[in-house]
Amino acid sequence: MTKAQFKENTHLYWYKFSRNKLSVVGLCIVLLSVFFALFAEVATPYPQHVKAFVDYSQAGLAPSKAFICGTDIYGRDIFTRLIFSFRGALLMTVIVLSISVPVGVFLGLIAGYNHGTWVDIVIMRTVDVFLALPSIILAMAIAAVLEPGMKSSMIAVTAMWWPWYTRQVYGMASSLRNEYFVKNAELIGASRFHILFREILPNCLSSIFTKMALDVGWVILIGAALSFVGLGEQPPTPGFGQMISEGARYMPDLWWMTIFPALAIAFIILGFNFFGDGIRDMLERGR
Amino acid sequence: MLSFLVKRLFQGIFVIVGLSILIFIIARIVPGDPARMSLGPRAPQFAVDELRREMHLDKSLPVQYFYWAEGVFRGDFGKSINTKRAVNTDIREFLPATLELALLSGILFIILAILLGLLAAKHHDKWVDNLIRGLSYVGIALPAFVVAELLLLLFGYVWPIIPVLGRLSPETGAPTHITGLFTLDSLLTGNFTAFFNALAHLILPALALATGPLFQEARLLRASLVDNMGKEYISVATGYGLPSRVITKKYLLKPSFIPVVSVMGMDLASLMGNAFLVEKIFDWPGISRYGMNAMMNKDLNAISAVILVFGIIFFIVNIIVDIIVASLDPRIRLGAKS
Repeated sequence: MTKAQFKENTHLYWYKFSRNKLSVVGLCIVLLSVFFALFAEVATPYPQHVKAFVDYSQAGLAPSKAFICGTDIYGRDIFTRLIFSFRGALLMTVIVLSISVPVGVFLGLIAGYNHGTWVDIVIMRTVDVFLALPSIILAMAIAAVLEPGMKSSMIAVTAMWWPWYTRQVYGMASSLRNEYFVKNAELIGASRFHILFREILPNCLSSIFTKMALDVGWVILIGAALSFVGLGEQPPTPGFGQMISEGARYMPDLWWMTIFPALAIAFIILGFNFFGDGIRDMLERGR
Repeated sequence: MLSFLVKRLFQGIFVIVGLSILIFIIARIVPGDPARMSLGPRAPQFAVDELRREMHLDKSLPVQYFYWAEGVFRGDFGKSINTKRAVNTDIREFLPATLELALLSGILFIILAILLGLLAAKHHDKWVDNLIRGLSYVGIALPAFVVAELLLLLFGYVWPIIPVLGRLSPETGAPTHITGLFTLDSLLTGNFTAFFNALAHLILPALALATGPLFQEARLLRASLVDNMGKEYISVATGYGLPSRVITKKYLLKPSFIPVVSVMGMDLASLMGNAFLVEKIFDWPGISRYGMNAMMNKDLNAISAVILVFGIIFFIVNIIVDIIVASLDPRIRLGAKS
């Protein structure tokens, strides 16, 4: 690809992405979230408040100039703790997707290419079992029987996430295997590895990336749900769900302890959903 | 149609068996000795050994699974560490409350989604449509447990007009047990005080569960309707001079509902996942709250039972959805026949 072509492609992608203005809003929210997650220490006024910090002289203060989202019952700044929660949420997403997507895609490729054989049956029936319940129920069960903590919740969500990718790639791979370019590669004696990863996989990539972009919001949501029931980040490290469940105990007097974490969840999930829609428009809709 | 159902039934049985293996594995990855956990740290070693033999923990894993599955097949899930009762008894006691909540919530979101969807499609690209679109974003962004907490804040403290916790007010006696669904039982026995009390307790948790799917489905129905309005067969019917009411009723609604029904089925199912959190928040004495407590206390027998019961419910919902979709869509119905 020459430089001019590359420039033209970038223009085209950006045009498709930005046709819907909400996608651009989503992109801004995503960038802001990533910035917060990376530079939380610098971006927040009281970074020491995410550790075991207690100052009862400023406990339970309503939102003011010094504490724009108020303080909790230990006198910790809610805004600071929320910004640090972005870090946990995004870290979880990155780890969950970077493990479950390759595994799921790999299994889907193998099952799809060996369509109709016992390999297909074993893999796809296992997928059916994992998808037989809302992911959150099994994820909670797994996280609960392990030691509660961030690591367990990541393991639990990862274990529930790969089957979606397997099912998606399976559908594509099992129809692509009958295309001429795959038959051609088989005839000239290409290796299995070459066929799976060089012939079939590239054709699935755009829909895999789209799904990943749309999944970020869901992973954050499930992570928040796990942390809400005490299976995520353990105190004093903050997490969205954990902050809401703690705040709920001090309703209605300390309402800001619940409202601001709720808004933060809505903000980040909405942002990633808009962004995901934009990626879909960019990669999958009309040339 | 029949062969299609039989095929689905077999798939379902297969999935449930697979699920039972998965649950068994999850229950066995717990660090620690189940026998020691159920007897407590101060029990003498010989008692633990005896219980281990009784629970077949001294056998190999596949043999253990066999013993466990055999019990489950007979409907015996063992005892709960939490409630000290047979898990069976617990399930029978707590399941109706969750079914009642899920049913009402399902009815709520299906009816409202259809109304809003029709409204948005009728006035598409007008302010009503935009309003519903805006609300659907809120529905996506706010998880059910957040909605539940916000409703609790609003109706529990700021504007306390309806009860927020439990199934019934303490002074209202439970209606005579027939189905276990308080609203239905009280209606059947003519106990209207209990009926309105139970209904008032149901509204908030049902609303919390319904908010998410409600607006998304309204959007989906709207998209599907607007899409079909532009189809040629509708233009032909219009050109034929058919009144628009007939066109809508006879030609437009049925195909537009097909994609919505499948998603509604999935949402009804995911609603049960959310029920785990929502029941806890509203202190709703259902099987999800029971399952939640079991998870928090590593009560393995109860966890396995709850997950399996949910697997079966999920499967039944899916079959019902399949039947509805097949009856709406001749392509699926006839395709299954040949």
